[in-house]
Amino acid sequence: MTPKFTSRLLAAAGLFASLAFTSAHVAAAEKPVVGFSQIGAESAWRTANTDSIKGEAAKRGITLKFADAQQKQENQIKALRSFIAQDVDVIAFSPVVETGWEPVLREIKKAGIPVILTDRAVKVSDPSLYVTFVGSDFVEEGRRAGKWLVEKTKGQAVIAELVGTPGSAPAIDRKKGFEEAIAGQAGMKIIKSQSGDFTRAKGKEVMETFLKSPEGKSINVLYAHNDDMALGAIQAIEEAGLKPGTDIVIVSIDGVKGAFEAMVAGKLNCTVECNPLIGAQLFDLVADVVAGKTLPKRIAVEEGIYDQSQAAAALPSRQY
Amino acid sequence: MIVDLVLWPTLAALLWVNRRRPLLWPLVALALLLLFNRLFTPGFFALEIRDGRLYGTLVDVLNQGSKVMLLALGMTLVIATGGVDLSVGATMAIAGAVMARLAGVSIPVALGGGLGVALLAGAWNGLLVSAFRIQPIIATLILMVAGRGVAQLVTDGQIINFEQPALVYLGNGSLLGLPFTLALVLGMFALTALLVRRTALGLFIEAIGDNETAARFTGLPARPVKFLVYVFAGLCAGLAGLVAASNIKSADANHIGLYLELDAILAVVVGGTALTGGRFQLAGSLVGALLIQTLGTTLYARNVGADVATVPKAIVILAVCLLQSPVLRAKLASLRRPAPTALRKEGSV
Repeated sequence: MTPKFTSRLLAAAGLFASLAFTSAHVAAAEKPVVGFSQIGAESAWRTANTDSIKGEAAKRGITLKFADAQQKQENQIKALRSFIAQDVDVIAFSPVVETGWEPVLREIKKAGIPVILTDRAVKVSDPSLYVTFVGSDFVEEGRRAGKWLVEKTKGQAVIAELVGTPGSAPAIDRKKGFEEAIAGQAGMKIIKSQSGDFTRAKGKEVMETFLKSPEGKSINVLYAHNDDMALGAIQAIEEAGLKPGTDIVIVSIDGVKGAFEAMVAGKLNCTVECNPLIGAQLFDLVADVVAGKTLPKRIAVEEGIYDQSQAAAALPSRQY
Repeated sequence: MIVDLVLWPTLAALLWVNRRRPLLWPLVALALLLLFNRLFTPGFFALEIRDGRLYGTLVDVLNQGSKVMLLALGMTLVIATGGVDLSVGATMAIAGAVMARLAGVSIPVALGGGLGVALLAGAWNGLLVSAFRIQPIIATLILMVAGRGVAQLVTDGQIINFEQPALVYLGNGSLLGLPFTLALVLGMFALTALLVRRTALGLFIEAIGDNETAARFTGLPARPVKFLVYVFAGLCAGLAGLVAASNIKSADANHIGLYLELDAILAVVVGGTALTGGRFQLAGSLVGALLIQTLGTTLYARNVGADVATVPKAIVILAVCLLQSPVLRAKLASLRRPAPTALRKEGSV
């Protein structure tokens, strides 16, 4: 090796090292690099969720490595491994399923990268594998729908319930929360409860059958686990010659645009928001994590509840 | 009640006319299910006139069942050629999405566009099956998987609403007090029956389903006929898709027609058409579709939870299929009289 070559090599190595040092330094102190793995793009809600995260990252000038898992856990695990290889500062993801995350989360922990879960939780034996879980509290959503109803009806209601897809977490939790909220009310009872599969068509079909049953005439409240089923049921109620929103008080969950339009038209009474716009909250948490603050294991998303009086004002700003 | 005076004699007459025909068992099952509801499900038979139309659970069965009935018509011919069309559910979603997208342009354009893409979807399947000789289950699986994505592209992943009265009428309107969809189904049934029973087409289809090679050697245009039955299934799926979208006044690309291809296949099989192809029962498929819808509505009306509702459904379907199984029936017959000489040849519709 000639001396000249050696000195060049040393100079190059030095330059490289200093570059690497400064970039690492900047990343840690100023703008963290965040890797985010999304479930997919299966609904308008999910798309709004993605847009919110991407938009907020761009606004804050944060480098976001975004990966769409297309509903597959294996894609998501691949994405998480590539985040480790790229040595991002924080990893966030919405897990497709609850289980099977231990090995990859251990790899991430070994690499020293903090993990934030969004929207859905994971089942792991070691809770230190992730920093915090930020997502909607479905039980609380059901509870709020129930509480609103207790106030609205002064504890007197014959309720029909349109349940979500059997076995899904939102269906189980929203039912549980609602039942908790109306538990103390002797005048409130659920006389019909059936799955509408979270869809408009099934919501309508099931409501048609409810209304035609012998007890159907006494139904004066409808609780739907999501807005789409309520929107379908509204059509069934109209076809039965009744006034949705007046003859039958309707409360549902999600807060999609269609629900606000129905509220403005007086056909829906109340929707409990299930907020996908978590971008700002997520990147606040990222900043806290990078700054080394301790966070609670479970953080609820900031969510509102809207009735007809607020619907018209809120409608133009609804993004999903 | 008037319903009883009309329904039971009609059912009895149908059973008597079909006592020697394959249609008997699905009819028996339907009659038993209706009888069960008459006795044990209060309100199931209540009918009244509201806003100038019949209003009641039985009417809902006809209206909600129309989608599977339409699908079953097309599916019957496809299955008769020895094929199967798994893509009809996805085709429904595409047709509904296109109609909703074009709703603002004009009514003929919206309807024509919806049916047009459905015909295209059918032609695509027909091409793969007849020209490229891809196995029907795989050829139609392609569109089953991809079709919903196409529908999502058409709607931008959103649920598109429409209010045009003519489009809403399609799935919700009434004609002479009965759902318009019923007239649509009966019209399509009459048209199909005319085509296959008053021309040689039905015979061609059965011949191809029985033995395609033999059919071709006798000079039958096997490939064009196969192509046509898939196009026809596409048309039926398109109509069903328009009805489904109209039903909820919106195109829900994620959910319209989801798993309905399975209900359609089930309806055809319950109706007495064998999946192996050959002889087919067009009316049987309609009865099968009605049976499936009546079952579903019965379970809603009796408040059976959706998580367990599939079990009674499976039991009824299994019973009907077993009753139709030639092996089981031969066994049952041999129990009654010693050593049957030959199985009676069954007539068709």
